[in-house]
Amino acid sequence: MHHFRKVPTLPELAIRELSASVENKQILKGVNLTVRGGEIHALMGPNGAGKSTLGNVLIGHPNYRVTGGTIELNGIDLTHKTPEERARAGLFLAFQSPVAVVGVKLSTFLRTAYRQVHPEDKVSLQQFYDRMKVHMKRVGLDESFMSRSVNDGFSGGERKRFEILQMVMLRPKIVILDEIDSGLDVDALKLVADEISEYYNDEVGFLIITHYQRILKNITPQFVHILKDGRVAVDGNRDLSLRIEEEGYDWIKNA
Amino acid sequence: MESEYSKDAEMEKLLEDLRTSGIRKEDWEFHDSHKPTYSTGIGINRKVVEEISDIKNEPDWMRRFRLKSLEIFLAKPVPTWGPDLSGIDWENTNYYTRPDEVNANKWEDVPDEIKDTFTKLGVPEMEQKYLAGSVAQYDSEGVYHNLKKVWEDKGVVFMDLDSAIREHSDLVKDYFCRAVPATDNKFAALNGAAWSGGSFLYVPKGVHIDMPLQTYFRMNGEATGQFEHTIVVADEGSKVHYIEGCTAPKYDRNSLHSAIVEIYVKKNAQARYTSVQNWSKSVYNMPTKRAWVDENAKMEWVGGSLGSKVTMLYPSSYLRGPYASAHNLNVSLAGPGTVKDTGAKALHLAPYTSSRIVAKSISIEDGKAIYRGLLRMNKGAIHSKSHVQCDALLINDKSQSFTYPHDEIYEPTATFGHEATVGRIGTEELTYLRSRGLSEDEASSMIVLGFLDDVMKEIPMEFAVEMNRLIKLEMGKLGAVG
Repeated sequence: MHHFRKVPTLPELAIRELSASVENKQILKGVNLTVRGGEIHALMGPNGAGKSTLGNVLIGHPNYRVTGGTIELNGIDLTHKTPEERARAGLFLAFQSPVAVVGVKLSTFLRTAYRQVHPEDKVSLQQFYDRMKVHMKRVGLDESFMSRSVNDGFSGGERKRFEILQMVMLRPKIVILDEIDSGLDVDALKLVADEISEYYNDEVGFLIITHYQRILKNITPQFVHILKDGRVAVDGNRDLSLRIEEEGYDWIKNA
Repeated sequence: MESEYSKDAEMEKLLEDLRTSGIRKEDWEFHDSHKPTYSTGIGINRKVVEEISDIKNEPDWMRRFRLKSLEIFLAKPVPTWGPDLSGIDWENTNYYTRPDEVNANKWEDVPDEIKDTFTKLGVPEMEQKYLAGSVAQYDSEGVYHNLKKVWEDKGVVFMDLDSAIREHSDLVKDYFCRAVPATDNKFAALNGAAWSGGSFLYVPKGVHIDMPLQTYFRMNGEATGQFEHTIVVADEGSKVHYIEGCTAPKYDRNSLHSAIVEIYVKKNAQARYTSVQNWSKSVYNMPTKRAWVDENAKMEWVGGSLGSKVTMLYPSSYLRGPYASAHNLNVSLAGPGTVKDTGAKALHLAPYTSSRIVAKSISIEDGKAIYRGLLRMNKGAIHSKSHVQCDALLINDKSQSFTYPHDEIYEPTATFGHEATVGRIGTEELTYLRSRGLSEDEASSMIVLGFLDDVMKEIPMEFAVEMNRLIKLEMGKLGAVG
């Protein structure tokens, strides 16, 4: 008797032996990491370990060159795809320092992006904006931001709130948060963390890149990895991040 | 928020339109096979000028004016303070080319080949939808003019200048070359000698025309010159918006466009002049545009300088009466291999006058965009003020932008300010937008549209769409930008 089971459609980001360089300097030297729907991973590591590089390589930033290995999302090879193809496949990076794009209106930008990543959804402009306003309130951005230029004149915290707003509006499958807590005060961090938790479900996987463990007090990871010198040096669970808080990174040997 | 919403809905439509528009350069760089019925042949001299005058059967004062202008033209050197003009082939240019002898009031009376050309360019359609009146010029002559009856009944005059000289001689004589005398510069003098076509628009006292009036200029021949002369008179307390569009096919040999535009804004009147220039890259575009702005009158210049090989253009406002004001908004697109030397002049000649100049330029590849401006505050122009803002956007490393403002301030109570910004479309900005799902094309269009946003608001929607298409087309040819 066969036991039938629904084929799982949960997302899976598989990073295998990923190496990458920037300006001919080798930064990643064979990273292995798998993030599935319903999982929260924390990627920690000392400064210069390559944490932000990994985020940029994953979204296909043209300044970074993949020198080996693969990036797959749901079995589709994204290693050499354009940033927009990756976004449309469901990958999202909340940038550590989002750039200002003067003159590009926040609302128009988000709407245009949405239509690209969800072409099947024929939601009207008005409905979309209504939805946007609900989430803006939740992350603590005033409605007036809708008509402002993307990140232009935003404080560090406002930029981070906007990153999270984009995340919930664009509904990605794999979310990478790069130092999402920097620039946020305690109250703002709580709002942002609540919004992330609200969005978190079985069909979304998270990779939280962080130097400190502050954010991990608000969002509990099941998996913790330490990146050192371009490789994942240690894999563990919540306890690993607590140990880092106590002892720092010095005890970790290069992989 | 409601108005925000409708603006965004428009933007969405616009982006959609950009995505789906299949417009190609060939859409206006085509040339039809219409054979001119008459041409003065190449070169310009006394005989050619007299011939033009004979053809037009002009009054004697005009003939004398032409010949005097020719002398000035021949005496003045080619200006060397700006872009390289050595590509103008003075001797082999055809200074007067006449299409079929026709100047119709109905499109069906325009010869088929010419009518088809204007139809392809969307002129009759636009007239029907948005305009109070329309004039169409083909090479040297107007071939069509029409003004909706409601405006004609109010005393508005709108026709090509040749017809106006015949039908409203005294009225035209009051304004012809008063703001721009032939002595002004070499190109104005050339226009004085060889002028043909252009429009004459007179708006009587107190009449407000709520729809724009348009003239469309089309150059069809190769190595030709187009020298139209346009006069707009907004009489006291009137209000008018006049629009010009221009295109030409692409040829190997260079053509010359040297127009004169004179605008007279009388006491308490408001005039807006919008032009979207999209000459092909074989055209030297050297017009002289000037407005006289009287007491409490308002002049607005809105310009999109998109095409041509070289353009030198500095629309000028002479603020002659107290509280007169001028506003210039210009967008220059310096595509690969082209030079845009554009700017504005504001001359404050009376108390409490004000001017605001916003100049935006986009340079693509080795395109060169230059802002050149003059601000003059005469002694006695008390409490006058001016603000000049120049923003440049460079698309890749070779693009160049320069700013040459020139200030002559003789009035101590006058105030003025300059602002200038230069930006590049950088990898970081593009990557950020792309990482959210926008294509590279869409991302760069958005950045450019964002850069032009405050100007776009001032342009009628259909022109904004057209301009976006052209910009997108130029950018699209680059493949990868940034």
